[in-house]
This record gives sequence, structure tokens and C-alpha cells, in this order.
Amino acid sequence: MLKKTATAFALGFSLALAMSSTALAEGTVKIGLIMPYSGPFADAGAQMQAGIDLYIKTHGDEVAGKKIVLIKKDTGGPNPDVAKRLAQELVVRDHVDVLAGFALTPEALGAAPVATEAKKLMVDMNAATSIITEKSPYIVRTSVTIPQINYAFGKWAAGQGIKHAYTLVADYGPGHDAEKSFARGFKEKGGEIVGADHSPVANPDFSAYVQRIKDAKPEAVYIFIPGGSQPAAIGKALADKGLTPPNTKLLGQGELTMPDAMKSLGKNADGIVTAFHYTLERKDPLNEKFVAGYEKLTKGREPDLFSIGGYDGMHLIYAALEKTKGDASGDALIKVAKGMSWESPRGPITIDPETRDIIQNVYIRKVEKVDGKLQNVIIDTIKDVKDPLHGAGK
Amino acid sequence: MAVVLFDGFAFGMLLFVLSVGLSVTFGLMNFINLAHCAFGMLGGYVAVVAMRAFGVPFLLALPFAFLAAGLVSVVLERSFFRRLYRAGGLNQVLFTIGMVFVAAASFAYFFGTGQQPIVLPDYLQGYWEVNGLRFGTYRIFLVAVSLVIAGLLVYGLEHTRFGARIRAAVDNQRVAQGLGLDVDTIFAITFALGAGLAGLGGALAIGIVGLDPSFGFHYLVYVLIVVAVGGLGSIGGSFVAAALLGIFDVAGKYFVPDMGAFLIYLFMVVLLLVRPLGLFGKR
Repeated sequence: MLKKTATAFALGFSLALAMSSTALAEGTVKIGLIMPYSGPFADAGAQMQAGIDLYIKTHGDEVAGKKIVLIKKDTGGPNPDVAKRLAQELVVRDHVDVLAGFALTPEALGAAPVATEAKKLMVDMNAATSIITEKSPYIVRTSVTIPQINYAFGKWAAGQGIKHAYTLVADYGPGHDAEKSFARGFKEKGGEIVGADHSPVANPDFSAYVQRIKDAKPEAVYIFIPGGSQPAAIGKALADKGLTPPNTKLLGQGELTMPDAMKSLGKNADGIVTAFHYTLERKDPLNEKFVAGYEKLTKGREPDLFSIGGYDGMHLIYAALEKTKGDASGDALIKVAKGMSWESPRGPITIDPETRDIIQNVYIRKVEKVDGKLQNVIIDTIKDVKDPLHGAGK
Repeated sequence: MAVVLFDGFAFGMLLFVLSVGLSVTFGLMNFINLAHCAFGMLGGYVAVVAMRAFGVPFLLALPFAFLAAGLVSVVLERSFFRRLYRAGGLNQVLFTIGMVFVAAASFAYFFGTGQQPIVLPDYLQGYWEVNGLRFGTYRIFLVAVSLVIAGLLVYGLEHTRFGARIRAAVDNQRVAQGLGLDVDTIFAITFALGAGLAGLGGALAIGIVGLDPSFGFHYLVYVLIVVAVGGLGSIGGSFVAAALLGIFDVAGKYFVPDMGAFLIYLFMVVLLLVRPLGLFGKR
């Protein structure tokens, strides 16, 4: 009896599924999202999803007469094999038109061959290693690359008269990229790197590394660590040893002073200089609207780099679909995406027609007290920065 | 050098508070509670909520974290864990690691996946300078708290009637029961005490390592190393093991930064080869 019911149920379920998928096939554009919705990077996934949701909420779920349907797949973390399998499932079983998401480099690298083979547009909304866009001719990036920010930042820092810097980066791909590109920019302008250390990606206690830096007595410290628990931990270790501005200049990529990190850092954050492509407090009507909408949608959270990557990724898909008049084939979409340029809450951005990578402003920010509250205040803008590594291997 | 030793010791003391409860309950009941750090996480969140929503000062939030974790643990022990005391090790491990997943998902649901920042009071921030060496104030506070806890535990266990009962129950459960000791109640109280200490550790940890829903997994490895190295059921063992582990971790990262993160595992492997029961293990 039970068996019969089960079979009947299974039959009915698959029938319903088949019917619904044929019904949906008319007039829809399906976007398969591959992101870490659970696991250690769940927060990145949540913030990206909120950025995507906000875009759909404010711009409607219909473009060029087609309804946008999202299909979410969870990678659970930096897992290239899972990302590849999910991409295959999305293409073969769910018949998606666009692959998107990708919080982490391994996820993007895993899915890239599938995008090439299936000829689907793949929108990298966060993963920030240079090489990703070179892995498939169908990949477009709407986030940022690490060398883009840090090479420009290194040059800027040396240009400010800083002569000696110590670098401390998390011991993984992005950290090494950051270290190398910062050092390259810094040295090109006459700076000198006096020491370089690598800390484990999830390091609980930074006192040892900070003590090493203190012993070297550098003029400035450059730090690259992933967001999450790390900025607060390192900030506390720095304050414990008195390595804080203005005695020691602290430089870092924007994660170091992200809103959540800043709350944990408290007054220790004062004076830290960071470079980033998105600044929450940037005075700009578009940005203010974005932030307000985001806080309403998420009931009080502030948008960060993940959110803006997801938001602009959706914009790219919408704008491309409008140009192709609803043609969602990978070839058509990638053709119009190249060279596309628009005004984002982060500032003006362009998709480089040659590399399909993003060209954008890098903002140099300093943490200062504004109305009694610590904020990232933009002190300099480096305009239209390209990733310096593309084509370097050729 | 002195600063490195001190920093390592302070980190070790944090691990001590987090892990001593597990060591005792493990040794006492032979119960492998991998959800121990989840109680730490609970304590951390209680402290965060108390401070943020009710404006409780940091020092007062600590006992709250202790009590909350202890109380919740009693409920869970009475309802779930006690059923598993006689089950095999595998069942205990599977069940308790499942609890960690449940805890992580619940906290992510209610508090979001992000970091839970708290602002430490001014008198716990900054550093003290002695002979040009800078000692972090919060770390000094941490060491002081841990020493007091260790002292209280040793006193309680060695010099009180209840401590004698616990020791009797650990040494030989059946005889203790035969002599009329209510081993069941002793277990429950010890369990709550251990979980409460984990909760306190979780609250103290926010000031050094932060707090998010993955806390229960993140520190499990460190805590298990402390328990394994220290020996089951030994407070002194946990103390020494945690101190050594903290010092090895920090000193290793200071002197050989490229392989520093691996050194504690090497330390554990070598020590367990020499002393399979841990430093002070009895069984």
C-alpha cells in the first residue's frame, strides 16, 4: 500500500514537474545562481543574494517581454567540483540561459568550462582573481579584481611619500595576488617592502604576526585578509600592541573596514586607509537610494562588496537582454555586454570589450569620525582602473 | 620574546576556559560531546544580546553567558544527551555533531550570518607598557579571569564534598553508585558547569576572535586538541595543555610564520606518540 502511494506520488510529482517546466519555457529567461548559501562563506552568499533581490525588486522581474526566473544552487563553500556539477545540472536539467553568482574563485573556475561548452553567458558577480575572465569567452565580471585595486593602491601609497611598508596577507590565492600587486605598484614608485608574512586564512589570534611587524618597525603596514571575523581579530591585535595610526600607517583593501568589521574594531579603526571599489558612505544620489533600499530589504543590514557585485551583475543581464530584445543565447548576450557602460551606485563602470573585465574607479578612503561615528571617508579617487594583469602572460 | 610568551599564554587561557568543561565531562561520563563549543557560541550570543539589547555592561554580561549556557545545557542533557550515555561512541559523535549543525543554522536564522561585534569597555582596551614591552589589557584580563576559574575549579574539586563525589564518580562509577552517591545528579550538575564555562569562554572569545554562527565548528579542533593533550578528566592537564598549545601556536607563528599554523598539530602528534593518554591522563 505504502509502496503504491509512493509510486503514485512520485509519478504525479514528476508529471507536475514536467508540466511546470514546459509551461515556464515560454517567455522566460532563467538565471542559474551558483553561490555559497551555506558553510563558512554563507554571509557572502546572503549579501550577494540580497543585492540581486534588490535589483529585481526595484526594476521588476520582466525584461524585453521575458520573465526573469532565478534558480539557486548552493556550493557550500570554495568547491570547484560541486560548482561544476551544479553548472551542468543547471544547463542540462533546468535549461538555464545565464549562469551567475560565484562568490569565490574556485566556484567560478569550476563552472567556466561548462559556460564555454554550453555557450551560456556567465556573470561573475564577485570572485576576484584576475584569471577568471580568461577561462571562458562567455564570462563577464561585475565585481572587482584584486590586482586592480591593489596595484593602484601601491602606486598611490608610494606617491604619498611612504617609503617602507610591511605586508601581511592571508595565505591563499587572493592574498598572494594582493601582496604581489601591491608590492609591484609600491616598488614602481620607489617604495620598499621591508617584510612580508602570510597568516592562515582563518586565523584566530594575530598577536604573533603583529609582534613580528612591530619588531620590524615599518612606516606602514599593508594588510589583506578576508572579511568576516578576521578584520576585528587583527584590529584588536594591532591595538593591543599600539600599532595604530598615526604612529604606524595602516593600509588595506576595503574588507578591513567593512561596516561589520568597523563595528568590531571600534575606535581602533580610526585612521586606517583602505582602497576599494565600493564605498557605502559615498555621497551620490544613486548610492544613497541603493543603500536605503538595501537596508529596507534586509531589515537593517548595510550593503557591501558582495551586494554591489550582485546588483550590478543583474543590471548587466537586464541591460544586455534589452539590447538583444530578449534573445538570451550566450553569443548574443556576450556580444552586447562587451563595452557596455553604466552608472552604478559605486560610480561609473565599463565592461572592457577586450577582456570582458570591469573598468572602474578605485577609491582611497580613510576612516574618520563623521558626526561622532566612524566612517570610510573618500580622500582620493583613481579613475577608470583596469586590471593590470590581463594579457601580462602573453 | 616575553610578549610572545604572554600573548600565547593568554590565547591558551581562552582555550582553557572553552575546553575544561569538555575535558571533565568527557572524563567523567565517557560522553563525547562535540557540541561543547556550541554552548560556547550560545554564551557568546547571550552576551551580545545582553549588551546590545539591554545595555548590560560587559563584565555583567559574562555571568549571564555562563548561566544561560549552563541552563540550556541542563535542559538538553535531561532531554537528549542522557539517552546516549550508554550508546556507543559513534552514536554520541553523530548526534552531538548534528547538534552543532542545528545550532549553527539556528543562530544564522535568528542573528544572520554576519559577525556580531561588541564594543569592549575602554578600561579593557589598549595596552600596558612595562620596560618597553606592550601587554594587551584585554589579554591581562583574560589571564586573570582564567586563573581565578582554574583556582576555583581546583579548590572545588579537591577540597569540597561535591568535588570528592565527582572524583569518586570519575574513578569508579559503579562503586560510587553502590555507596549511595546519586551519580545521575552529579553528572547533570557537572555537565551544566562545563557547558556554563564554555558559554563564559564564548563570551570572552568575542574580544579576541569575534563571533559568528561557525564558532561551534571553528574552535572544536582547538578544544579537542586541548582535551586530547591534557588527558581526560584532568583540570590541571587541560590548563597545562591549553597554555602550551596557545604558546606553541603564537610562538610558532612568530618564529616560523610560514609553517606556524601547522606547528600545534605537530606538537599534538609528537606528544600523543610519547604519551598516548595525554599529559595527565589516567585511563
